[in-house]
Amino acid sequence: MTDSAHAPGIPLHVESLSKRFGDVIALAGISLDVRARTCFGLLGPNGAGKSTLIRSIVGRVRPDSGTVTLYGEAANSPAARTSIGWVPQDLALYPLLTCRENLHAFGRYQGLAGGPLRDAIAWCLEWAGLADRSGSTVKTLSGGMRRRLNLAAGVIHRPRLVLLDEPTVGVDPQSRNRIFDMVSELRAQGTTIIYTTHYMEEAERLCDYIAILDHARVIALGTKDELITQSFGGRYDAAIQLSSAAPATEEWARSNGGACKDGIARFSIARPLEIAALLESAERAGLDVVDVILRRPNLESVFLHLTGRELRE
Amino acid sequence: MIPTIVRNGFLALRRDRGAFILTFVLPVAFFSIFALVFGGMDTSGTPRVSVIVVDQDHSQVSARLVRGLEEEPSLKVMTQPAPQDSNPHPAPFTAVSAESAVRQGDAPAAILIPEGFGEHPIAFGPGSRPTFVILHDSSDPIAAQVASGLLQKVVMTSLPDILAFSGAKYLGRVSGGLTSEQRKLIADDLTRLRNYVQRRDRQGGQAAAHGMNGIVAVKLRDVVGASKRSPMIAFYAAGIGVMFLLFTASGAAGSLIEEHESGALDRMLSARVSMTTLLAGKMLYCWLLAFFQLVLMFLWGWAVFHLELFSHIPGFVVMTAATAFAVASFGMVLASLSRSRPQQAAISTLLILVMSAVGGSMFPRFLMPELMKKIGLFTFNAWAIDGYTKVFWRDEPVTSLVPQVSVLVGSGIVLFVVARLLARRWETA
Repeated sequence: MTDSAHAPGIPLHVESLSKRFGDVIALAGISLDVRARTCFGLLGPNGAGKSTLIRSIVGRVRPDSGTVTLYGEAANSPAARTSIGWVPQDLALYPLLTCRENLHAFGRYQGLAGGPLRDAIAWCLEWAGLADRSGSTVKTLSGGMRRRLNLAAGVIHRPRLVLLDEPTVGVDPQSRNRIFDMVSELRAQGTTIIYTTHYMEEAERLCDYIAILDHARVIALGTKDELITQSFGGRYDAAIQLSSAAPATEEWARSNGGACKDGIARFSIARPLEIAALLESAERAGLDVVDVILRRPNLESVFLHLTGRELRE
Repeated sequence: MIPTIVRNGFLALRRDRGAFILTFVLPVAFFSIFALVFGGMDTSGTPRVSVIVVDQDHSQVSARLVRGLEEEPSLKVMTQPAPQDSNPHPAPFTAVSAESAVRQGDAPAAILIPEGFGEHPIAFGPGSRPTFVILHDSSDPIAAQVASGLLQKVVMTSLPDILAFSGAKYLGRVSGGLTSEQRKLIADDLTRLRNYVQRRDRQGGQAAAHGMNGIVAVKLRDVVGASKRSPMIAFYAAGIGVMFLLFTASGAAGSLIEEHESGALDRMLSARVSMTTLLAGKMLYCWLLAFFQLVLMFLWGWAVFHLELFSHIPGFVVMTAATAFAVASFGMVLASLSRSRPQQAAISTLLILVMSAVGGSMFPRFLMPELMKKIGLFTFNAWAIDGYTKVFWRDEPVTSLVPQVSVLVGSGIVLFVVARLLARRWETA
């Protein structure tokens, strides 16, 4: 993160941002910075506040308190608007227009015209792999193609900061990989990216920095390795699946420093060999071991460690 | 199983306000409008017909006839123009000013009591008979017939002594023992009467227009539509056109709601597009769409129904531009007001059908009671139809459209401002 919060070169600075919708607290004093030319992940379950945060950044939500500055300019100011590109979670396209016509429309909304607009449309079609479908209406495209066009419409003006709000929702694995490639290409060109998702693997694969949101707050912030180290040090994650009855397995897990849920006992161990001792203990306790998993902790483990529940619950 | 299906249907209907309104509110609203128009709630029965009466005879008999006409409950008699601030005591109508008033649509018909009526009130008998002239505007096909029929009735009921006297006078001329000559005179009169009846039967209603239609001679003269090749087509083109224009504008403006639901609206507003720019763009689209729709409608009227479009281009363009502007604003308000597309569809269907019924798109306003006519003035339909009628029916100059254009454009501006204020809810959450 950065210390020079209001410096013009800092793509995004969020300070104590709060927003409430009726009785629902959507953002509870969120603060974060995003460095230039990085991919910043906002990770959290549905309802954590990711989309409200994104909509506050693009000026579509007026916060109750706190500030958002983009390259030193207040969010929703004309200067801030031109520097960002927003790809909303919904397919915000004209279904009866073709790919080219959609890109033309959103390019015009961003102030492009003439030759620069034509060049931008050509680049977008190429970047999204839709050059051969430029004359097809949106409603005739596959789900993955629509997602790619949705991305292209958000970056047609080549903004310095791109906000991608769950860009892979509802697409097949092949299309998802294609979208990853598009995001990587943007990064390689120096674009700063904010990427919201509730898929751990996407955040791990694409993001340099990650903020984990839960219940409207940032509960952890850093690189993937920093987050894992903060939560687990250099320890390993051991999961032992048991078929025995719940009270016995839970009691056994607790007595060995772990926790058991749905028949899976989880432990944090310093060395891989420690799992042998756990298995011996289970046998002595008369428990039936079905499966054993040993792994380095990941973001999923971090989220579980911090919140006590799975990310997708 | 079947009860569950029925229950599900009613549950869904109860929660779909739009469908609920269309199912229960719209039919009741329509029933009420038709009941009001056709007298279901008006105990006085048939609405009164406005008619100008010009006394050219200035006799005691003609004065009694005017009084009789004024007392006739089905007629609303005007003997002089309505007082104005500039002219608080206007002079009584003359034949010329009455014709001008009918041309301008101030009244659908004018009865001219002929000079000499007091002397020879009855239409038949020896000698020349003075003929009543009813000037009328054939865009209201009922008024002239009602005025003509009631004139005959009022002559009978208000002048029975005069008629008896006239009858005796004529009989005195032909009586005296009924000589062979007298019998011949009576036979000749009967022959003439039989010939008239036969001629009337052959010519349909045309005989009436030649003055042989009752106790007094009456001649109908169409002072507005006589030269028209296709009377009433412009009226129907405007009436139906405006109704569908309202539907079109409502549907087109509804794309705002779709864009809001899809997120495209948010995306536009996060770019360089302001809400005012966005609404202005939508408004222009709706206006152009409505304009071209009316152009198409009138071109079709010209090509198929001989509507005299090309001789009225300036008035047509002005009225079409103003009407399209008003309905486009109406569509924008509906879109800004509604929370969802189904809700917008329900509200617009309800409003448009009611406005069209009250405003004269479904049946002419001159058929309506006075109260309904006044309520109709709160609709675009009424003002648009009045304007098109001025252009195509009365051949009035473009300058005469100032009231209609002012109302349509003025209310369009007000509605656009209202739409802009309502659209603030989309700007930021």
